[in-house]
Amino acid sequence: MSLSPVEGVALAEIESGGPEVPERKDVVGRSPGRLAWIRLRRDRTAMVSGGMLLFFMLLALAAPLIEMLYGIGPKEQFQSLLDGFGMPLGYSGGVSGDHWFGLEPGLGRDIFIRLIYGLRTSLFIAFAAAVITATLGVVLGTLAGYLGGWLDAVINWITDLTLAMPFLVIALALTPTLVLRFYGEREAVSPAFGVAVLIGVFAIFGWTSTARLVRGQVIALREREFVEAARASGAGLGHMVFRQLLPNIWAPILVSFSLAVPQFITSEAALSFIGVGLSDETPSFGRMIYRSLDYLQTDPAYVFFPGITIFALVFAFNLFGDALRDALDPKSSR
Amino acid sequence: MTRFLVKRLFSAVLTLFAVSVLTFLMFFALPRDPVTGMCPKNCNPERLERVRDELGLNDPLITQYAGYMKGIVTGRDLGSAQGGHCDAPCLGWSYVTNEAVSDTIARVLPVTLSIVIPAAVLWLLLGVGLGMVSALRRGTWLDRLAIGFSLTGASLQLYFVGAVLLLVFVYNLRLLPVPSYTSILDNPVKWASGLVLAWVSLAFLFSAIYARLSRAQMLETLSEDFVRTARAKGLAKPKVYGRHALRAAITPVVTIAGLDVGGALGGTVITETTFGIQGLGRTAVDAVRAGDLPTIMATVLIAAVFVVLANVLVDLLYAAIDPRVRLR
Repeated sequence: MSLSPVEGVALAEIESGGPEVPERKDVVGRSPGRLAWIRLRRDRTAMVSGGMLLFFMLLALAAPLIEMLYGIGPKEQFQSLLDGFGMPLGYSGGVSGDHWFGLEPGLGRDIFIRLIYGLRTSLFIAFAAAVITATLGVVLGTLAGYLGGWLDAVINWITDLTLAMPFLVIALALTPTLVLRFYGEREAVSPAFGVAVLIGVFAIFGWTSTARLVRGQVIALREREFVEAARASGAGLGHMVFRQLLPNIWAPILVSFSLAVPQFITSEAALSFIGVGLSDETPSFGRMIYRSLDYLQTDPAYVFFPGITIFALVFAFNLFGDALRDALDPKSSR
Repeated sequence: MTRFLVKRLFSAVLTLFAVSVLTFLMFFALPRDPVTGMCPKNCNPERLERVRDELGLNDPLITQYAGYMKGIVTGRDLGSAQGGHCDAPCLGWSYVTNEAVSDTIARVLPVTLSIVIPAAVLWLLLGVGLGMVSALRRGTWLDRLAIGFSLTGASLQLYFVGAVLLLVFVYNLRLLPVPSYTSILDNPVKWASGLVLAWVSLAFLFSAIYARLSRAQMLETLSEDFVRTARAKGLAKPKVYGRHALRAAITPVVTIAGLDVGGALGGTVITETTFGIQGLGRTAVDAVRAGDLPTIMATVLIAAVFVVLANVLVDLLYAAIDPRVRLR
């Protein structure tokens, strides 16, 4: 996140109000991307939420390192710190110097390190799903919008169909069937497979909004003169899409991407919450909250740690996405 | 208008048909043997074979699909182990619960309706109201409060909000009973007190989204020429905002609301799980766990019907609100 010298000057000029530096009035040509970047840098909300996001991502990336420093693994059980009913000893769920966020009732695993690993699972799934759905959405939306005709009709109809399918129930029903297809009744399912299935389910259901957005934008652009001019000069499909259309709509795509990530984080937690996809071994927010509902009366602290972490994560993403939209499209009002 | 309606209905039927075929293929044709889930405890090969035969699983897929669809429209005869004749909206027989699937659905559907309809009324009123007020009072503390509310609400998770509400109102303050469903016809007070937490948590999260959306729409509409014209010719503020601006600003909200309500009617899985209420969503989840294929199929189909119907309804409402749509 370093500023180039040109930007630094420009920023200083804007902030100092301008009138003091009349000699250096040379016009700096700036691309729309650079302008958006400058606006983003000046937005306090964007910087704070962006910082929070970076922090979360670092935590997720450095999970094994944190495990080493913290000295406790996500699967270690501390049964000796639980009382006869499996409840953690001590205050607010067994919070102590060794166990910062306390212990899980029943199994006695450390909540802090499981949250760190849960962050890793959650962010990985969300980013992978967002990348795949954005790609699918852009491809289908561009084709539908630019080529039109029967292709447009078919893609539109598939979109409607996908939206009509009850996502949670189908995901719920499809996952065990898929698992059975690749593993037998009794075989242990590898955690990576559970993650892959979740990403696949998101890919099937998640592309519709991006596709709609891109289609609308492309249809609006299709009639513009510069597109017509390019077509008249005999540009092929590849040139039209990559050089003429996409460069003009990357801003809304980026915004929809940044707002899709928190949605996938939420969906992943929701699916884990109803018990799809990830096995209990894989640390995940949704799984933790689901387990914590059983202990709501006896150990209320257990629900708050994962609940607040996921709130902070999604909140930061939403704030950043909004700020990004403002920076990319100054006309829009939230 | 009639042409528009006919076209819309035709595409809705086509979508439903495709959903039913897809679900049918997904569940009945996937490699997992559907029978193992239907025969819970004492399963010997003969019994399995008998079940398979009764279900018609040895028939070609098209025959099976046609039989299933015929059952929904006219009813059909199932084997004696499946309760004999099955009346008109026949959705098959569940070996897990040992009852006709349509009976199960008839029992749990009112539960989901009781959760969703009051919650939807609440979230629409609260969300749209808040959005309108904050757009009209732009920049004031009220506006900032509404923005804060909608940003927070949009980032919260239903199960977390639900858990906190349960903890506070049921377990700590003991103001409310443990959430459960009682028919509104039996005891309206118990009906409301058992479901109010579900309504509040659903409404809280959804109204956040609606407040945000309707605020943005209203702000955009207020800057339009026709609003200025209406004010300039001397129309009173409440009339301009309430009649002219609201009508234009609310169309996108109607679309989203239709889809959300339609989706929610198909089963509020998370809400029902959080509060332990047995509605359509919970039934679907249990059916998946038990491998109860006829019930899964029925819940998916019903959910799809709600979404598609909501879509049609939204289009009609759209045409009613915005006359330009009718011309297309």
